[in-house]
Amino acid sequence: MESNKTSSASIAPPFKTEQDSQLTPPQEPQDVTKSSGENNMNKSLSTPSPSLSLKAKGGYLFPLLILILLASVVLSLIIGRYELSPSEAFKILFGLNETTEDLSSLNDTIVIRTLRLPRILLVILSGMGLALCGAAMQGVFRNPLVGPEILGVSSGASFGGVLALSLGFSGGAALIPFSFVFGCGALVLAFFLSRLARQSSTLGLVLAGIVVGGLFGALTGAVTYFADPESRLPGLLYWLMGSFARANPDSVLFLTIVTIASTIPLMGLSWRLNVLSLGDTDAASLGIRVSLLRWAVVILVSLFVAAQVAVSGGVGWVGLVIPHLGRMLVGPDHGRLLPISALLGGIYLLLMDTLARTLAPFEIPIGLMTSLVGTPLFAFFFIKLRGRGWTND
Amino acid sequence: MTESQNLLDNAVQGSNLSFFYEPSQWVFQDLNFSFRKGAINAILGLNGCGKTTLLKIILGVLKPKTGTLKRFGETAFVPQIFQAVFSFRALDMVLMGRTRHVGLFSRPSKKDELLALKAMEKLGIENLALRPYPELSGGQRQLVILARALVSEAKILIFDEPSSALDLGNQVLVLRRMRELSRKDSLTVIFTTHMPQQALSIADEVLLMTAQNSFLAGSTEEILTEENLENVYGIEVKLLEVEKDGKKTKALISLFPDV
Repeated sequence: MESNKTSSASIAPPFKTEQDSQLTPPQEPQDVTKSSGENNMNKSLSTPSPSLSLKAKGGYLFPLLILILLASVVLSLIIGRYELSPSEAFKILFGLNETTEDLSSLNDTIVIRTLRLPRILLVILSGMGLALCGAAMQGVFRNPLVGPEILGVSSGASFGGVLALSLGFSGGAALIPFSFVFGCGALVLAFFLSRLARQSSTLGLVLAGIVVGGLFGALTGAVTYFADPESRLPGLLYWLMGSFARANPDSVLFLTIVTIASTIPLMGLSWRLNVLSLGDTDAASLGIRVSLLRWAVVILVSLFVAAQVAVSGGVGWVGLVIPHLGRMLVGPDHGRLLPISALLGGIYLLLMDTLARTLAPFEIPIGLMTSLVGTPLFAFFFIKLRGRGWTND
Repeated sequence: MTESQNLLDNAVQGSNLSFFYEPSQWVFQDLNFSFRKGAINAILGLNGCGKTTLLKIILGVLKPKTGTLKRFGETAFVPQIFQAVFSFRALDMVLMGRTRHVGLFSRPSKKDELLALKAMEKLGIENLALRPYPELSGGQRQLVILARALVSEAKILIFDEPSSALDLGNQVLVLRRMRELSRKDSLTVIFTTHMPQQALSIADEVLLMTAQNSFLAGSTEEILTEENLENVYGIEVKLLEVEKDGKKTKALISLFPDV
């Protein structure tokens, strides 16, 4: 049933028509990518082995982004309320500093090794995974308004976290499993809901996600409302807004494992994702087992989202906004889009988190930062720079 | 013809096929037909009579509620002008046709890329390879999607209302391509259309779907008679034979009697 005509196209058209009527002047000036593509094309016709010139543009982008990411890591290591020089940071990071009894040197080591490094790693993993998952979900759902949170998994995980905190488990040891399990539970719920409705189409999934997300949102509200305002409520609210301040080696290890388990298969499926993004009927006729593949992607994404919320609380907008930037840079082919989005997401979230802990004398919740910066960015991408990844018609 | 010859000759065979989207609202019931290998087979019918549904069953995208459908060979699908959500390059679109030959966790190889280019060359659209698909014209898009079907190496090509969104010149070009593919490359061509003229022009066999439970199947000569067409469309029609350079073509005109 997943492949009937209405369901496969049901989400995309409103968006497209809206673009049509309001946002696109019919004669858009040719963009850079297009004209360079045409140059390549002429070359390809005259050479006997055209495949060389058929390579997509922007091969420099990958190393460039890795450099920027590394630079951001260095920046984030040395700035903060406790300032360090880059050389000191390097020495400590690679264990080259002389062991002295000097108290300030000991402080440096603690700041780098136990505070900033785990936090940076956690932030990068989160940003990379969220952006990559968002790109995959937008492809599968053929919709630019979809983020990794669409199935209500992050609401479920948020509820789990809030529940753990309200029960008095403040350490990561209980918080993370609670949150992760509830996130996965939300997915199971969405799965059965979409099955009950005998809908495994994208629309059925989105509807199930809205229901599940709404339900867990309400439950989170209830727990928050009844939480002890003296002892529990502040910590609970703070966690809901997201923070990487709790980062420790355990949470880094946990997120590393889940990130690898979910993003590596997703990148492996990049070609299948391309085909699935054509729509159900086309994909099925090209030999894709549509329903199975879509669920595989949804499960992989949900695992990551549940784990990500578990380690930091909610970090919104990264998975929704960054893939658009990625698509503008390298086009819709998931083979390039997924890794590029991941790098962009890592850089973006690391810069946000570094700002979050340095801008003000207190720490700004990361969820607040990403929403404040993400929403105008999203509007900007959506209005100004469209058409390079999403179609014009 | 004996049973075994039938099996050898047929590309697609449907027996007692029925389908509904909503229970008790049959799209069609007890449909029987067979499409010959290497022939051009037209599925002709009114708007909304279930042509596209039948195509999806032939493709294996939908399962019939009753009856059996047998396919003797892989199928490739050429949908109506395809609206892409993402702006893949034309070459990437063609490459997607290789998906059955690409492993679950791999991507198309250099060889696949060359095959895709060859398919585009065959249709004379290799110069579009690097253009974003959404920026192509309707006719160009149809050819890109046709190249995608060819590169899959399937023996049965299935077209959903080919050229229905194209202008007359492009329509004829696409129909000619379809005939070439059947005659020169020995591929089986199946296409739906609501325009009898298209079936008359190139089809060897016609499945004429009239109402829910009535259909006619057979050679184009047998099925596309003035009487049958008048019954289906409820208008007066005239079949004309036009001769050019010693070759005969049939043309269909609908009559507009003076009121």
